[in-house]
Amino acid sequence: MSETSLVLLQQVINGLTLGSIYALIAIGYTMVYGIIGMINFAHGEVYMIGAYVGLLVITALGLLGITSVPVILLLTLAVCILVTSVFGWTLERVAYRPLRGNPRLVALISAIGMSIFLQNYVQIGQGARDVAMQPLVSGGWRFGPANGFQVYLSYMQVLIAVTTVLFMTLLTLFIARSRMGRACRACAQDLDMANLLGIDTDRVISLTFVLGAGLAAVAGVLVGLYYGLINPFIGFIAGIKAFTAAVLGGIGSIPGAMLGGLVLGLAESFTSAYLSTEYKDVVAFLLLVFVLLFRPTGLLGKPDVEKV
Amino acid sequence: MDELLRRHLPESVVMALVTAVLTIPILGVRIHIENLQVTLEGDGTPVYIAMAVVFLVRLFRAPLSQITGMVRIDRLLPSSDWLTRYRTGLLAAMIVLALIWPFVASRGAVDIATLALIYVMLGLGLNIVVGFAGLLDLGYVAFYAVGAYSYALLNQHFGLSFWECLPISIVLAGATGCLLGFPVLRLRGDYLAIVTLGFGEIIRLLLNNLDELTGGPDGIGNIPKPTLFGLEFARRASTEGGVTFHDFFGLRYDGADTIIFLYLIALLLALFTLFVSNRLLRMPVGRAWEALREDEIACRSLGLNPTLIKLSAFSLGASFGGMAGAFFAARQGFINPESFTFIESAIVLAIVVLGGMGSQLGVILAAVALTALPEVARQFDEYRMLIFGLIMVLMMIWRPQGLLPATRPRMELPQ
Repeated sequence: MSETSLVLLQQVINGLTLGSIYALIAIGYTMVYGIIGMINFAHGEVYMIGAYVGLLVITALGLLGITSVPVILLLTLAVCILVTSVFGWTLERVAYRPLRGNPRLVALISAIGMSIFLQNYVQIGQGARDVAMQPLVSGGWRFGPANGFQVYLSYMQVLIAVTTVLFMTLLTLFIARSRMGRACRACAQDLDMANLLGIDTDRVISLTFVLGAGLAAVAGVLVGLYYGLINPFIGFIAGIKAFTAAVLGGIGSIPGAMLGGLVLGLAESFTSAYLSTEYKDVVAFLLLVFVLLFRPTGLLGKPDVEKV
Repeated sequence: MDELLRRHLPESVVMALVTAVLTIPILGVRIHIENLQVTLEGDGTPVYIAMAVVFLVRLFRAPLSQITGMVRIDRLLPSSDWLTRYRTGLLAAMIVLALIWPFVASRGAVDIATLALIYVMLGLGLNIVVGFAGLLDLGYVAFYAVGAYSYALLNQHFGLSFWECLPISIVLAGATGCLLGFPVLRLRGDYLAIVTLGFGEIIRLLLNNLDELTGGPDGIGNIPKPTLFGLEFARRASTEGGVTFHDFFGLRYDGADTIIFLYLIALLLALFTLFVSNRLLRMPVGRAWEALREDEIACRSLGLNPTLIKLSAFSLGASFGGMAGAFFAARQGFINPESFTFIESAIVLAIVVLGGMGSQLGVILAAVALTALPEVARQFDEYRMLIFGLIMVLMMIWRPQGLLPATRPRMELPQ
């Protein structure tokens, strides 16, 4: 392979890694939007909290003398999912449920308030500085000529891809097969009708927040391990990008969020490689603006007709 | 009592446990690194306090809600009828207070009041967009930044003074509003919010990265203060042959003069904003904003052009943001992209929302309260934004219409 195609391959690998993470967070946005039609602005903070909990659990397990990587990973993911699920559930209960039935603006402002609150809550508890996370999985494979550009695929990147695919499959199966999953789909189609037909819609709404928070926690742990640095402010930008991914794929659609995440990840890694790293965030925002302007329903979304 | 305990006790225990999960990983445990030795530090006190509070509140929520039911927050705050009756009087009292303030208050207090007035301008400007026209703009800070950088750059490169730049800043910010607003204003409510947020961030990132033009993260310094008809407020004139304020009037140099002068300019600009937005609301375009906010489809069927009307609100709001920005740059003397982050947009939005969307009096009071309170409660500085976020949520739950809700003209039929 020529050098340019190797560089290209490297960008695809980096982009898909980043995209997997965006996709995991984007699910939370898309599910909540699909059912109650609100942008859960505080979702990015839930992801940030997931990263912090992951850091604490990994440190604690290290102090307990557990060295087996799979055990650490499984325990960390389990604890993180549990804790952030409680955060997601409480978030909905405290900040969104009392507002149901109000104009959408009211819920959005409450969500912004909650986002500011959570960011500062973590900042007060854990400090505002970057904290480093020990790399749990290091090393990787190298391909390409010995004296030219080598494509690097780290074990961590493989781990991120595998974990993402695993959780996405679980979610898809849950939504497609289980009783609660069917209730979710019914609520997304018509919340009032689902309620009339005896579905406990409050429970379904709580469930979407819990599922979204759990997946965000997985993303938080993976990001912490991948980049090795976290701070209380990572949630804001990641949240906006994941929302972009959700919109890109068609908000309300779960496969759309996955696709949108991957597309955004690729776009970002290509910008970093071929334009400049400084403008990768600008490109993400521009992508958001252009999608909303020219295809507001996203890649896989259904058209939404405004009725009187 | 027995029944109360039986019914509420299990639920309260569960809620206390939930609180434990929410607080232990954030407040209870901390990572401590010393000599490359990573350890975990535990501190149970905040966790126990939070658990106890949640447990007690949940357990006694029935008697508690009886008490809170008696003290209705709605009744404590003035009703809209009361406001309509005394609106003019209240406004006049506020303006009089604002006019005598610099001559009675301390130097620091005047400086804070100037900051409050900047937020009054921003709040009133955003009020046009969010309150009158009902367009949620999460990137208002972009126009603030455009105003500030217009003045700073025009002054650096062309030597224009504050008063020459002020109208240019207003026009440039308004034009930016037009430019950004035109493509996006047909989007629905919360999509619009996210796109404007995106624009706000794009502008900040551009300011950060266009190093040659904007100085990048280092920003622009040495921005001159405004002058009074060419009279400078400084110990010595900065240019050859320049005249300073104290020389001209034969006074002794006093640093407080500058602060008072800046305060008065801010007051002038804030009053200008108030006057213009107040007049606009009573013009056909203002009526159209409100009508559009209430029902877009009805407006369209009555022959109004929604895009044009929204655009006028958006760019007018933006121009006031630009005006505030130019003044901000002049007051600080130094600007960098750090002053124009999303949180600034959120603060201005909170001012509009807490004050009461569309209510000018409410917005002014909220702007003053949100800038003054952190100064009063300095020792709680760390918790400022935490409380701020919490207030935003609680206000939406208890009083979504704001502290002093906007009143709209109405008549009641005699019984």
